[in-house]
Amino acid sequence: MSEQEIVTDVVIVGAGPVGLFAVFELGLLDIKCHLIDILDKPGGQCAELYPEKPIYDIPAFPEISGQELTDNLLKQAEPFGPTYHYNRMVNEIERQDNGDFLVKTDAGETFRCKVVVIAAGGGSFQPKRPPVPNIEEYENQSVFYAVRKMDDFRDHDIVIVGGGDSALDWTLNLAPLAKSLTLVHRRDSFRAHTDSVNKMRALVDEGKINFELGQIASLEGENGQISAVNIKNADGEKSLPATRLMPFFGLTMKLGPVANWGLNLHENLINVDTEKFATSEEGIFAIGDINYYPGKLKLILSGFHEAALMAQAAKKIISPDEKVVFQYTTSSTKLQKKLGVK
Amino acid sequence: MHIYVTDHNGKEHELEALEGWRVMEVIRDWGLPIKAECGGACACATCHVFVDPEWQSKLHPATDEEEDMLDTVPDVEDNSRLSCQILMSEELDGLKVSLAPSAKPDAEVA
Repeated sequence: MSEQEIVTDVVIVGAGPVGLFAVFELGLLDIKCHLIDILDKPGGQCAELYPEKPIYDIPAFPEISGQELTDNLLKQAEPFGPTYHYNRMVNEIERQDNGDFLVKTDAGETFRCKVVVIAAGGGSFQPKRPPVPNIEEYENQSVFYAVRKMDDFRDHDIVIVGGGDSALDWTLNLAPLAKSLTLVHRRDSFRAHTDSVNKMRALVDEGKINFELGQIASLEGENGQISAVNIKNADGEKSLPATRLMPFFGLTMKLGPVANWGLNLHENLINVDTEKFATSEEGIFAIGDINYYPGKLKLILSGFHEAALMAQAAKKIISPDEKVVFQYTTSSTKLQKKLGVK
Repeated sequence: MHIYVTDHNGKEHELEALEGWRVMEVIRDWGLPIKAECGGACACATCHVFVDPEWQSKLHPATDEEEDMLDTVPDVEDNSRLSCQILMSEELDGLKVSLAPSAKPDAEVA
């Protein structure tokens, strides 16, 4: 891992709709951004929870899906050349003596910037943990929520639980190299691509994998290594020999490391003022669902407004000596040039 | 009209409910802990409740969309429902539900 610092004006924590629009507002003021997100794609909740669901309260869009909104925001941000860093979480924000911040991720990078914008929505998306006694003791040793190396699963007795695309995809991918593979789901119906479901059923018919109706009841094993997954269903309990377990119940949000950054919080939200959307730490701003102020409404449109005001305040920190003239994109040729208008 | 909601500590709360409100909204409005992170879009399953068996048959059956989302509930039972998909009406006056562990605002993550 390179120890080199990535130097930029602003680090935006979260690439959801509000983080993406912040790139635009900061970009109009010639401010360069890097965005960091725990998901593998931009859009935050819009992309993870409801990409296909229509949203009806975005100004000038009577109806737009989460994915379309995300795509449009990416296009709007594009002229400003933001850099996106996915699949990583910001662990630490350290202030330096000269006022710069060092932002460190769990992927080992360090960013040096003048301003940090927290646009982390409801926090970081993380896998749901099944309420099975002692499951934590086995995690990352024999219970996994993601596949990092396929080889870790070779010649193992694998149990996969869930009925969505992740469960089905990994059932199909791991079946050829598993010693045995059992897919467990609460019903004989799946919310996954039909093609994957058909392929899975074919493998079951050929006797290459097993399918069991039910849900996890308990685990057996020792020293982090499971030996069996006990499932329960309408017929009672059943023990499945297993050396690898993968539960796939989707993701849920958790505030995560934000709580440790020394900011004043209001019930797991970050207190900000309504002039600059500044936090209790100078140079750190919070916009969108993650902030709190009297009258706050958790709406995407509120986050857009917050991004615009934040950008003006961030500019004063980044370029304290520059006089900023407020301009409109409709009339300013300077702004239009930045946007690539021909 | 009222609903009865048993919290994670086993305490029952009698909550006034309004016609047309989602049960999730009633629970949230009264300040009981419920994550409901997608805000009622049937997109996250973090407003999961267990419905009192006596009331199960009085609810409209879960749609395919709700069943799909219940697949992402790790502590699902036969009487599991998403409280954002239950709309209050006179017939549901007195409804009894319990908050599921997976709907806690600080629900377990790995």
